[in-house]
Amino acid sequence: MAAIQSLLVALVVVNLAYLAVTRLKTLTRITALQGVLLAATPLAIAGPHGHGLVLSLAVLAIKGIGFPWLVARTLSRLEVNPVVEPYFGFNMSLLAGVGGLLFSLWLESRLPFPPGLFPPLLFPAALTSIFSGLTLVVARRKALTQVIGYLAAENGIFLLGVPLAAQGSVWLELSVLLDVFVAVFVMGIALHHINKTFESIDVGRFCSLRD
Amino acid sequence: MLAALPLIPLLAGLMALALPADGPRRWLLAAVGCLHLTLVGTTWVHPPAPAYGGLLELDPLGQLFLTLASLLFTAAAFYAVGYLRHEGAVHEKRDFQDGATFVNAPERVFSLCLCLFLSAMTVVCATRNLSVLWVGIEATTLSSAPLIYFHRHRRSLEATWKYLVICSVGIALALLGNILVSVAFYDPVAPAASMDLAELLPLAPGAAKPWLRAAFIFLLVGYGSKMGLAPMHNWLPDAHSQSPSLVSALLSGALLNCAFLGILRAVQILSPAGLGAFCGELLVLFGLISMVTAAVFIVGLGDYKRMLAYSSVEHMGILALGVGIGGGAAFGAMLHAVNHSLTKGALFLISGNILAVYHTRSCHDARGVSRALPITAALWTAGFLAICGSPPFGLFVSELAILRAMFAGGHGLAATIYVIALAVIFVGMATSVCRMVQGPLPPAVRHPGPERVLSVASPLALLAAALTLGLYVPQGLADVLARAAAAVSLGG
Repeated sequence: MAAIQSLLVALVVVNLAYLAVTRLKTLTRITALQGVLLAATPLAIAGPHGHGLVLSLAVLAIKGIGFPWLVARTLSRLEVNPVVEPYFGFNMSLLAGVGGLLFSLWLESRLPFPPGLFPPLLFPAALTSIFSGLTLVVARRKALTQVIGYLAAENGIFLLGVPLAAQGSVWLELSVLLDVFVAVFVMGIALHHINKTFESIDVGRFCSLRD
Repeated sequence: MLAALPLIPLLAGLMALALPADGPRRWLLAAVGCLHLTLVGTTWVHPPAPAYGGLLELDPLGQLFLTLASLLFTAAAFYAVGYLRHEGAVHEKRDFQDGATFVNAPERVFSLCLCLFLSAMTVVCATRNLSVLWVGIEATTLSSAPLIYFHRHRRSLEATWKYLVICSVGIALALLGNILVSVAFYDPVAPAASMDLAELLPLAPGAAKPWLRAAFIFLLVGYGSKMGLAPMHNWLPDAHSQSPSLVSALLSGALLNCAFLGILRAVQILSPAGLGAFCGELLVLFGLISMVTAAVFIVGLGDYKRMLAYSSVEHMGILALGVGIGGGAAFGAMLHAVNHSLTKGALFLISGNILAVYHTRSCHDARGVSRALPITAALWTAGFLAICGSPPFGLFVSELAILRAMFAGGHGLAATIYVIALAVIFVGMATSVCRMVQGPLPPAVRHPGPERVLSVASPLALLAAALTLGLYVPQGLADVLARAAAAVSLGG
């Protein structure tokens, strides 16, 4: 039980780090770190055998190595400004993240959890991850940070699904992996088009469609 | 039989990718549409057996939406034959709005994505398994994004990006909703084997209610953003106005229904759990917000494709409202879904004809349509009357059925908002449509000559069907509508 608690605390810290980071390169590394931590959670919950092990290896390959590599490659190819440009400031984002964490801790104390399903702190860690990810989607100017934010949110949802994996159905994990894969793939293609067409990946330039 | 339905468009898509000749590839799309529609038609006579170990299973609700998707695809495919003759060529074109040059996406890729889109929608409609449904809806997003980005210019790219980001976040929230459903049904002793409705429905009365409530909120917001319910509708006017008209027709007429089906599946689970009233309240709330939002934006809107898009937001609101009220309104909502798909599909195809001649989406500049394109103008006027719920078109019948059920159920306030929103939208759309149809031809527009059969046949057929449904609903269709409405009844 101690292992999973340490993992979850680390995940919470990573989630908050997402909001405070000012360099795109660091942001990519944090994505990798979160992926590795996530890969360890099925092992910590179910033990290193069978289905949990396969899932864990797959997550490590995709979320821990694959995506961060893809994002890093996109970053180096696009020659973008290496600074994360926020719509609202880093301090504000971080404050919002802490607010989200406190809210989810409060929620954990109020919700009637099925006994034995979620280890303590898993629910707040997952919710903070979703919250931080969505904050990145709406509060950062670059299309690339939107993709990273989306990944972070997906990771939170995945974390919430991990304890249910022992229930027998593999659909949930498969679909999460599929979803993130195609999201990055398609969004990666779209990123290149955006960069080519607008000579920037600043979504602030998206202003021609309105009523 | 059911096993073949998603595979046919998939194989046809690969064939389209491989075919070098343009002409046969265009007719291949139409042929696939016809074949798919024929097979779907036979399911009305002989209910098909479940396929792939029960992953695909057709119930009345799915059958209804599957038929709509297939019908719309076929109409759009015939329209595409003529459309691609003009737009398919890969050479630089001049953007009529900002003067920049752009090229269209390769026609093969466009055809492939169209077929994949149909395949994904078939899976969504023909399953009762929540996991498969979710994967299918995700697949519709991925296959339709390249369709929206067919004209490769800045504005369509902006629209595609918004579509991808908003719908992906929506689909992520829907996944969260699905996980919460699993939490609600969590049983350490006898875990549910799958997320199939057949498995979940008998267990529903014993499921954890707080979790089901939370799950429904996430599913409603998640699938609702794809369906275009306000305030998650922001992608919809952009994507519909920037994509080729036949794609807009498919998005509005078929895709939005598929997303709605996701919400309806959740309603099916919550009702036997005793949470029908909770679902109903939320659906009514989002429905009314959508209608009011559409009414506010549609008045004075200068862009006729955006006008149609906001009208879709309105009608999705009506669908949510109808199911939320329940009883006779649920039947009305099902009939409304059919009528809306037929009419809106036709209207978007017609808007494509106007756009092709006038090179503008402005209601102020596209004048004298009745002089330039007499058949299109007549259809445009008829379609406008139909979409605003004028008799004798089908939407009048369904909107009236929903209104009657609202009064019968004592929803006076909601009924008032409903009627006011409908009236405002009628006036707002009438101003634009009348201005466009009448008046002199702008000097810059050359007279286009006689209209091509392929550009008016599909919308004409769709509108004729909508007109027929206003006068007479066949018994077989009425039965399926009633059974679909019963499946989403809110219970006690």
